[in-house]
Amino acid sequence: MNGHRNAFLDGLALLGQAAMAAAAHSGQMVLFTGHLLWRLLPAWTRPRLIIQELYAIGVLSLVIILISGGFVGLVLGLQGYNILSKFNATESLGVMVALSLVRELGPVVTALLFAGRAGSAVTAEIALMKTTEQLSAMEMMAVDPLRRVVAPRFWGAVFSMPLLAGLFSLVGIAGGYFIGVVVLGVDPASYWGQIQQQMQPMDDVLNGVIKSLVFGAVIGLIAVFEGFNAEPTSLGISRATTRTVVLSSLSVLGLDFILTAWMFGA
Amino acid sequence: MVVGAFVLAGIAALLVLTLKWSDFGTSSVSGYTLTAEFDNIGGLTDRSPIKMAGVTIGRVSHIQIDPNTFEAVVTMVISSQYDNLPKDSFASIYTAGLLGAQYIEISPGGDTKVLKNGDKITMTQSAVILEKVISKFLFNKAAAQ
Repeated sequence: MNGHRNAFLDGLALLGQAAMAAAAHSGQMVLFTGHLLWRLLPAWTRPRLIIQELYAIGVLSLVIILISGGFVGLVLGLQGYNILSKFNATESLGVMVALSLVRELGPVVTALLFAGRAGSAVTAEIALMKTTEQLSAMEMMAVDPLRRVVAPRFWGAVFSMPLLAGLFSLVGIAGGYFIGVVVLGVDPASYWGQIQQQMQPMDDVLNGVIKSLVFGAVIGLIAVFEGFNAEPTSLGISRATTRTVVLSSLSVLGLDFILTAWMFGA
Repeated sequence: MVVGAFVLAGIAALLVLTLKWSDFGTSSVSGYTLTAEFDNIGGLTDRSPIKMAGVTIGRVSHIQIDPNTFEAVVTMVISSQYDNLPKDSFASIYTAGLLGAQYIEISPGGDTKVLKNGDKITMTQSAVILEKVISKFLFNKAAAQ
């Protein structure tokens, strides 16, 4: 009886601890975001650093983004053809593939891959800098690590995402074209014609770009925060990297629903 | 350098998605043009297919209104390998499937003279507008009672 009660109380205490830790974590994140915001514009005094990060974050993610985009397009082409042929409406294959990619799959799948490929790398890099006391060394030399290390990586993520998502969608539409028109024999002029008639540059493409900008900012923020606040041990680095991928994937999916409801709902 | 190329490629991809490539698709069709007048073209658009016995033989190149008769004038480009369409061929607008896009079906006539570049198909049947059919049916029902 007594032991049973203790186990219950222990569990309650653990739950309370977890809640406190989560609250502290989000509070730290808000504070960190505030500190970072003040350094975002000053970071532009050294554009070379941002260009370096565009390379490390954007260019190095290109291969995985392009290959995935191609495969997603191929699958969309096959599945779409399968469904549309039941309604005798395979002429609409192009617009179905293009709208799914530009509105949803382009930004979201790019963001998920981006979190795994670039977000984890940023976290690990900053966390290792912290562990090896490079960040403290910078502070000793009166160099602000937030401005020198963190802000450029954040900007790199914000700018890379829409460009990567655009390339993803374009490669996907080409993949759908290959399956639909070259392999399955959909009318090529209908494939392009329907895309042009139905896709609205302002509504569809612009909303896709807004989505990817938001995702880029969220992934960038989570990645640099987790790196900067990592426990300075090898276990801490691995935990921070995992948390970046998990947190940014969940935030991307949740935000995508909110943004979609705001842009296309009602 | 590489970063510049990456940024340019990304912006180009977004622009390609935004732009309307107006001539894409029609430029590949070469052949002779025919016109046809319809009371109502329904959902027919530029680049809609022209079919004969279900086979695509051409494309709609553009659609305008005749200022005198207020009828829709559809200009179509027929592939030059099908240059023996009889002069009394019949053009009708149909819908592909239940939800599909609309197209023009040409039913060949029996005339020995053939349609030439710039000719007009005189016998046409307009698109079937579902609401009109239903209202006609309902009025007929009401009139019978």
